[in-house]
Amino acid sequence: MTDLLYSEAEDDLRAAVRSLLADRCDAAAVLTRAESDTPYDPRLWASLATEMGLAGLLVPEKLGGQGATHREAAVVLEELGRSVAPAPYLTGAVVAAETLLGCDTEEAAVAELLGALAGGRTVVALAVPLSAAPGADVPRAVRADDGSLGGRITAVADAAAAGVLLVPAEDGLYAVETRAPGVTVESLTPLDLTRPLATVTLDGAPGRRLAGSAAAPVRRGLLAGAGLLASEQLGLAEWCLEEVVRYTRDRKQFNRPVGSFQALKHRMAQLWLEVVSARAAARNAADALATGSEDAPLAVAVAQTYCSRVAVHAAEECVQLHGGIGMTWEHPAHLYLKRAKADSIALGAPGRHTQAVAELVDLPAPR
Amino acid sequence: MTDAAAVRSLTKELLAAHPPATTDRTDFLKARFDAGLAWVHYPVGLGGLGAPRSLQAVVDAELAAAGAPDNDPRRIGIGLGMAAPTILRFGTDEQKQRLLRPLWVGEEVWCQLFSEPGAGSDLAALGTRAVRDGDTWVVDGQKVWTSSAHVARWAILIARTDPTLPKHQGITYFVCDMTDPGVEVRPLRQITGEAEFNEVFLTGVRIPDSRRLGAVGEGWKVAQTTLMNERVSIGGSRIPREGGMIGPVARTWRERPGLRTHDLHQRLLDLWVEAEVARLAGERLRQQLVAGQPGPEGSGMKLAFARLNQEISGLEVELRGEEGLLYDDWTMRRPELVDFTGRDAGYRYLRSKGNSIEGGTSEVLLNIVAERVLGLPSEPRSDKDIAWKDLAR
Repeated sequence: MTDLLYSEAEDDLRAAVRSLLADRCDAAAVLTRAESDTPYDPRLWASLATEMGLAGLLVPEKLGGQGATHREAAVVLEELGRSVAPAPYLTGAVVAAETLLGCDTEEAAVAELLGALAGGRTVVALAVPLSAAPGADVPRAVRADDGSLGGRITAVADAAAAGVLLVPAEDGLYAVETRAPGVTVESLTPLDLTRPLATVTLDGAPGRRLAGSAAAPVRRGLLAGAGLLASEQLGLAEWCLEEVVRYTRDRKQFNRPVGSFQALKHRMAQLWLEVVSARAAARNAADALATGSEDAPLAVAVAQTYCSRVAVHAAEECVQLHGGIGMTWEHPAHLYLKRAKADSIALGAPGRHTQAVAELVDLPAPR
Repeated sequence: MTDAAAVRSLTKELLAAHPPATTDRTDFLKARFDAGLAWVHYPVGLGGLGAPRSLQAVVDAELAAAGAPDNDPRRIGIGLGMAAPTILRFGTDEQKQRLLRPLWVGEEVWCQLFSEPGAGSDLAALGTRAVRDGDTWVVDGQKVWTSSAHVARWAILIARTDPTLPKHQGITYFVCDMTDPGVEVRPLRQITGEAEFNEVFLTGVRIPDSRRLGAVGEGWKVAQTTLMNERVSIGGSRIPREGGMIGPVARTWRERPGLRTHDLHQRLLDLWVEAEVARLAGERLRQQLVAGQPGPEGSGMKLAFARLNQEISGLEVELRGEEGLLYDDWTMRRPELVDFTGRDAGYRYLRSKGNSIEGGTSEVLLNIVAERVLGLPSEPRSDKDIAWKDLAR
């Protein structure tokens, strides 16, 4: 059975990340940053990725990483979710790192890139739409002609911050430098301002081949990403619950705190129950990924189905129970609502994961 | 110092002196009680060793391996889970000596006379009266939702001894002899057709003052011990995947493709995922308890399982289509044990309606979570400071 608790080391890691984010990434800072031309704070990223060594948590020590597991990365993501931090962690340190680990790490090109990623020297992103689910067909949008790539990929998360893109093509997985000729990264207007999206256009772009087939590495990257996204969603939901409880305890109408009305407190108690449950589901997925359990695909599908809905529900309740202030640009609730809604589509909408559950536990659809 | 080794050797001595294969069941249980191996955390002389509760597992494992009989805890759950801890905490030495051994052995079954037709969620509003007459109390009133009343020898009873005080004061806690004249037990038939519970009518029942538990007027405080212990047993064992109500419906889905529709498929998958997550949350709670870090999560699990049981069994009735129109048996029975899953989908659907009512309604539990876990302020109350006799009813 999986270990669903947090170890002491995991608690310590959480405390360190939380304290850094409290210092450098409060709601006002996130909002200002999101409206600027560089949605990422490069200094914050340097602290997280390099100084704290978090970019390389999933990368083995001999490849320049920390040799930790998905359990620790999940704790980092809970904290990043709590502060809707605009940092390319899920995309880079989880999805891209796992995709590279799914290639032959004896290959120099793979090992070098993993080392750069783990050290925080290079931000790497997988060039697939953010909505791609694990097990989905890798988009066949890119043609390769003797190492020269052509095609267009939409809604790629964190492409603008990336130095290197991992590009799945018909005959393998390629590494493409974003500054190379023939590469255009065009920012889109995202629903979630804290996770920038871009269209990547390749027109004779030079690529370095990392694997002969992209399917298995990409599936591994997306599976880990989807599993750990559940922890980000947990952190996000937890913030929404804590914030709305804090607010309704203080806010007075009708000569009493609005949080004393059963109509409101029952909704918050229900949300608490969902957050408690989401924690169990997210820990189960992180632990299954960490131990390489056969059950990992099911644990991930269950966690994604459940945690996506909980995060959206929490953010929607957070807006509603705040009343008017929850609708303002000034209050951070909207940042959480937008992240939660986008997260529910990211790495496979809940329906995709429910479908995966149906296959994995043999509950087939009617014919 | 009592440690695992000492407890194990005491258990082996018991088994040697009273070989289960050749010893009468009740005799064995009495010997086990007298050896202090009934509940090791109880005091010496009262079935225990004054040892840490965790050592009970050592005893139970040894006894199970030797094929020793147990005291059928499900049959005497109210005695073990509610009456015993209250007697231990508030009883006199005489009461403890007289009551605990036959309670644990199962010779004397206990029931609980708390709820009344006019005091459900608002238990403290109870109106059963106990009036002092020298060394005895004369009790009149009506109790309801009493399981095992028809087989019980004893009851734990709370009654109002002073109606002029606010409702939480003026309640006193008694042990009531169910064989006394004036105690009338009638089955209470439920929507399932069965009568798991009873109504109990108390008419001029005379209870000696020596059967009072705790001080006069302290009954509400004493009852808190009883009710607190009701919740301790939750989250004990590990449940396998599809271990709950989702199991039968998933099997039906697999075995009978003809019943499948798209609408039912979506709902089944949603509930399957929710049931799996609730199972994981229960497992996480169990791991927290084992690690000695109990969290407040326990208060939420009953809420989750009540809703899931209702939705899953409702789906199952629908899935069965034409069979869903039928019911296995409306015969009025008085089962000694509640069976949540043993019968047909229709029964499960009806019985699970009680899951969000019994042991605290879901609405009351949501209040408890909101106020005690989240720290939200309580509703303004108008009933705390006025005499019970002046309450609206």
